[in-house]
Amino acid sequence: MSFSTVLMTVFSTTLIYAAPLIFTALGGAFSEHSGIVNVGLEGMMIVGAFSSTVFNLFCAKIFGAATPWISLLIGAVFGLLFSLLHAVATINFRADHIISGTVLNMLAPALCVFLTRIFYNGKGQTPIIDQSMGTFTFPGLSKIPLLGKMLFTHTSLVAYLAIIVGIIGWYFLYRTNIGLRLRSVGENPVAADTLGINVAEYRYLGVLISGFLGGIGGAVMAQSITLNFSVSTISGQGFMSLAAMIFGKWNPLGATAAAIFFGLAQSLPIIGGYVPFLAHVNSVWFQIAPYAITIVVLVIFLGKAVAPAADGQNYIKSK
Amino acid sequence: MQIKSLKGLMIPLLSVIAGFLVGAIVMLIFGYDPLQNYINLFIGSLGDIYSIGETLRNMTPLILTALGFAVASKAGFFNIGGPGQYLFGWFGGISFALAFPHLPGLILIIGSLLCGAILGGIWSMIAGVLRAYFGTSEVITTIMLNYISLYFINYAIRSWLAKKGNDSSPNIVAKASLNTPFLKSITNNSTFNWGFFIALVVVVLVWLYFNKTNSGFEIKAVGINETASRYAGVNVKQTIIVAMLISGLLAGLGGAIDGLGNFQNISVSNNLPDVGFNGMAVALLASENPFGIIFAALLFSALQIGGLSISVYSNTPSEIVDIVIASIIFFVGIKYLFEWLLAKKRHHAQTKLSEGGR
Repeated sequence: MSFSTVLMTVFSTTLIYAAPLIFTALGGAFSEHSGIVNVGLEGMMIVGAFSSTVFNLFCAKIFGAATPWISLLIGAVFGLLFSLLHAVATINFRADHIISGTVLNMLAPALCVFLTRIFYNGKGQTPIIDQSMGTFTFPGLSKIPLLGKMLFTHTSLVAYLAIIVGIIGWYFLYRTNIGLRLRSVGENPVAADTLGINVAEYRYLGVLISGFLGGIGGAVMAQSITLNFSVSTISGQGFMSLAAMIFGKWNPLGATAAAIFFGLAQSLPIIGGYVPFLAHVNSVWFQIAPYAITIVVLVIFLGKAVAPAADGQNYIKSK
Repeated sequence: MQIKSLKGLMIPLLSVIAGFLVGAIVMLIFGYDPLQNYINLFIGSLGDIYSIGETLRNMTPLILTALGFAVASKAGFFNIGGPGQYLFGWFGGISFALAFPHLPGLILIIGSLLCGAILGGIWSMIAGVLRAYFGTSEVITTIMLNYISLYFINYAIRSWLAKKGNDSSPNIVAKASLNTPFLKSITNNSTFNWGFFIALVVVVLVWLYFNKTNSGFEIKAVGINETASRYAGVNVKQTIIVAMLISGLLAGLGGAIDGLGNFQNISVSNNLPDVGFNGMAVALLASENPFGIIFAALLFSALQIGGLSISVYSNTPSEIVDIVIASIIFFVGIKYLFEWLLAKKRHHAQTKLSEGGR
């Protein structure tokens, strides 16, 4: 295999694995900036993966090649609906955010496998989807020498979309009124409330966006990587996204970059065989790397308040 | 005081009822008979001596992981690392039993259990040390440590314990098993084992630790107010580490007991073991009370074991019990709703009373 083909494989595999993580990590950033800790990303991804797969299987005949893309939207909508539970529990009923998030992670696989068994004759997994997200070659861009082959040939279109969403997410949170208000609610809800900002409303917005993006993340996983739904479709990607968000210091751009890095770590066991100096490294180290790096990063940034100041605190309005 | 303890029981009870209701509604929506399923569930978990044996066996690791979660929680820490600590305990127990098969039975069992508990403890202590010295959130570190342990232990099983190409270790020798012929014979060949009694003893020990020792008192004090404890002369850093260590020891012991009593070996797994998270659910339902944990563990264990027979006697997917369990914890989480409703009811009763007086 030529050097440029190896690079192309590395880049495209990295992006394919990074795409679900980027969407979900961005979702996490939105929720946490509004002050709601979200350890339930895994559950939201599961719901997104399940609903998108079921939609794809039912509607592939109607929508043809567009099915996986519409499936992403379906996954997003159901992810959003599912995240309502977290929003209601934490914002209205003052639940501990970690407990509520954990409930989401317990409930999602139970509910989705339950429904899978009902829809598919008692089987714990769905059939394989016919219309999946293949690779994409950018017309025009792929003609650029070397770079064109590396970045724009047989690559993951949805990953590029994810990166664009990351940039938009950064702009939204740091440059728009709504975004700044959303962050103010996560930094100092009392002050925000005094200024007439509806804390509950913005926190709902944060959590629902996280459900929407987490749902897309799970859907991308199902539509481009596992190609069906079972209990192991999402196995830790939600937590890895949470790690990416922290590694990226709660910043959408940082989270995107961290997710791409974790995508690389996930793809290394697969492409390791092609890369001479990696062939001898046991894949377990690549599997462990994202989690270990996150711990190291957290320890290094000690004392620096990078998380939103009121992250995880319920806001109880005084009367 | 009496009112407080009554209220303490009220919320778990209401949560359990609400959780069962959610399960019943879900079953009704999809055309299954909730009443019949709940009856099957009860019979399947406690209907005969074999089922009781299975339910008690399944309870054992739940009690221990729940106690582990509770100890960290008393110190104010959210130890989500139960699954990883349990895995290390399971791995440690089986590894010791495989490494020293010639030791006399009792020593072999004690050694294996200790080895598992200590591995779980050390693994959890990492999060404690990072928290104590670097202020790193234990929620994040324990989540990350869970996945590190999953992949590392899979690797360790494949490369050190299993025969080449296998995904499971060989079985441990019979004398290392906690599931003795005597217990088998009285429970109709169930997997009921001595681990259950060990877990009950540990419950009492944990209760004594919190209520009768200085160290246990310090853990509670740090959990209530870290700064005040520091001024009162408590070594906060050390207390944090001790709390996380004990927490991991308990979860690790749960894993080791499950290894020696239930599985008899260890296999590669794709996902983190559910028991770690379910132990957390048990502790939350029991409001972290050691004796309450026994009852909460019995309930969840009965649900899980009974759930297996739900799908045997009808075509209801057994995942319904996980939906019930998750719902129960959801209601425990939103206990404010119940408190608000109860307060409203009391308020209502009071206004009625005063109106009646007029």
